[in-house]
Amino acid sequence: MTSNITGAGSTATRRTAPGVVATGAADATGAADAAVVVDGLCVERGGRPVLGHLDLRIPAGMVTGLLGPSGAGKSTLMRAIVGVQAVRSGTVTVLGAPAGSAALRRRVGYVTQAPSVYEDLTVEQNLRYFARLAGVGRGRVEEVLAQVDLKSEQAALSGHLSGGQLSRVSLACALVTDPDLLVLDEPTVGLDPVLRRSLWALFDELAASGTTLLVSSHVIDEAARCDELVLMRDGAVLAHEGLDSLLARTGTTDAEAAFLALIDDAGIDDAGEAGPDAGSAGQQTPGSVGRPGPRHGVPPLARSRQDGEQR
Amino acid sequence: MTGTLVTARRVLAQLRHDPRTIALILVVPCVLMGLLAWMYHDHQPQVFDRIGPALLGLFPLVVMFIVTSVSTLRERRSGTLERLWTTPVTKGAFVAGYALAFGLMSVIQAVIAVGFSIWVCGLDLQGPVWQLIVVAVLAAVLGTCMGLLASGFARTEFQAVQFMPAFILPQFLLCGLLMPRDQLPEVLRWLSDVLPLSYAVDATKTLATSSDSGADVARDCAVLVGFIALAVVAGTATLRRRTP
Repeated sequence: MTSNITGAGSTATRRTAPGVVATGAADATGAADAAVVVDGLCVERGGRPVLGHLDLRIPAGMVTGLLGPSGAGKSTLMRAIVGVQAVRSGTVTVLGAPAGSAALRRRVGYVTQAPSVYEDLTVEQNLRYFARLAGVGRGRVEEVLAQVDLKSEQAALSGHLSGGQLSRVSLACALVTDPDLLVLDEPTVGLDPVLRRSLWALFDELAASGTTLLVSSHVIDEAARCDELVLMRDGAVLAHEGLDSLLARTGTTDAEAAFLALIDDAGIDDAGEAGPDAGSAGQQTPGSVGRPGPRHGVPPLARSRQDGEQR
Repeated sequence: MTGTLVTARRVLAQLRHDPRTIALILVVPCVLMGLLAWMYHDHQPQVFDRIGPALLGLFPLVVMFIVTSVSTLRERRSGTLERLWTTPVTKGAFVAGYALAFGLMSVIQAVIAVGFSIWVCGLDLQGPVWQLIVVAVLAAVLGTCMGLLASGFARTEFQAVQFMPAFILPQFLLCGLLMPRDQLPEVLRWLSDVLPLSYAVDATKTLATSSDSGADVARDCAVLVGFIALAVVAGTATLRRRTP
């Protein structure tokens, strides 16, 4: 679980090789390598559009980062994918079935932004409840507790844990059912850099074993950790590609600058590059925008300050 | 079905970590009955015998209403409910799980409260004790199910607590305890006919005054069961897997 960044990079290279595809996505007709297909999704809240005609494909067996400022519609998109968001129009297909359908409820794991666990239950009781609901055996609970490094806290009342521990309990409650698709809304908020690194290593491990991960973050620098990036702003997708190709296309050296360049582009020429073009780039070659070597390692320590500011 | 049992078990496990709430559920009705017996003890012990059984229906109902509405609302607000909707649990199983867990607490509560009233406070009952226990349990389960329903209309814990006077006190005024229901103005009598607490109080009144109570009590209990079913169905209908 405590692997370093270079190690994580090597799993990413393995994953972008052709043929490494989660079996679960194979039944999605015409989208054999997409775990999630979003088509013309419109969501309104209080009469105000939150997502406007959004199209997106999320490749299977990879870590896709959903980045953008607060209010961009990231959480709403995630809620639509897990099937708890009331949708105005459009379709969301997950692992070949309509989002939220009964068949998916054992295959999709969802972790909300604020830790959603029972604070008056112990860590183990929380995990066991979600395991039992999905008909998962007791052994899996032990396994997941070890995975998120909470073995020593398993008998503690969740309400007595620190914020970081609590968010790991929340994550563990989703992991316990061994989902094919894991949707994580800002899972690393408020975690110290060491913990954050080990969580990203865990995400890499999961993706390497075929799980599809969609991870949102408003910390743009976490882009370096993802196989693919979806940049969102004002309810629309600005870009969907790997970090390398994004940097090359925008002529920038880090994700934040690239993001700003895309916003400037969109401002000058609405109908141009950033809009439909960026969207289709992701659709045509979701798996092929691989990164040649290790990831762009932004030193983890440099991030925590920014995290605090944006929060 | 599994979802129901698993959820009931989880709710009870949560309760186990909260001994103060357990104590409040079990002790408060006894304390109130004790106060009532003490009040009338010296001068009008017959008043305690007359209204005691009715209050044995009312107190558990109020306690369970509050406990249930606040705890399900807490689930809504903490995000755990939204997470649950992404798991295989069904809406019906969720509501039934809560009803089962708190229903179990209701049974314990009713047995203790009735036992305390009769053997400690000296409540003189004409009908059989077990029938009073049945009525008290049904009233408490009804409180649980109405609490589930009310929490569907509350956005905050603050509102949920205020639903208690809004839902329960009108029923208390019209249930026949303050004034016999057949002496109420006609419109209010019709109203009291469609309020569930009236039937709980009717049943306990019969038990207080008549030793041949079976048929009447059974009919009132059947009506209570009907109201419980209605509250469960309506409570389930207020839940939405998808929210804006």
